[in-house]
Amino acid sequence: MPRLLGVDIPNDRPAIISLTYLYGVGPKISRDLCHKAGIDPQIRARELREDELARLAALLDKDYVVEGQLRRQRNQNVVRLKDIGCYRGLRHRRGLPVRGQRTRTNARTRKGPKKTVAGKKGVKDMR
Amino acid sequence: MGRSLKKGPFITPKLFLKVQKQNDAGTKEPIKTWARACTIVPEFVGHTFMVHNGRVHLKVFVTEEMVGHRLGEFSPTRTFRGHGGKGKR
Repeated sequence: MPRLLGVDIPNDRPAIISLTYLYGVGPKISRDLCHKAGIDPQIRARELREDELARLAALLDKDYVVEGQLRRQRNQNVVRLKDIGCYRGLRHRRGLPVRGQRTRTNARTRKGPKKTVAGKKGVKDMR
Repeated sequence: MGRSLKKGPFITPKLFLKVQKQNDAGTKEPIKTWARACTIVPEFVGHTFMVHNGRVHLKVFVTEEMVGHRLGEFSPTRTFRGHGGKGKR
């Protein structure tokens, strides 16, 4: 399997798909990359030549923020919000939704698995 | 959705005047305000505001990083005392 930017080894799917296995590369950027590097998007990733991979790597390096760098950037944004003590920072600290969503129900992505509380309406029915 | 760039940031004029007056005089007295919706502009950096949260005015010291946020973001309006627990009810 071809390697791109160190650790990432997209499998043997079309180039346009396997590129999206990189963090920070979605369908849109993947399409742009193939176009800029002059690669047929439908070619299987395993059939990519060394020079084509090098071109992709160079493009990613030059114009895009991906993988570790993107994760770091994202984290820094969150840390900044936490540091200045604004509302969004507080929500991040608590692990609750940040953008004003309801929390009476749902919000499971942020809150994690359900923690059932005894005595609450509906608990009896669950027995 | 973001605010139109054409309009520029929303600043409460009265509050901005007060800050400028202090900047000219070189003082940094806390400013009591109810203007939670006012965007923090670079001129505010280093000042202390007493931002109303519906009950009391909370002290907010403005740093450079806060520019672009609203004053209200730093003055929480809700008190969460936790759910349930023994002997609480």
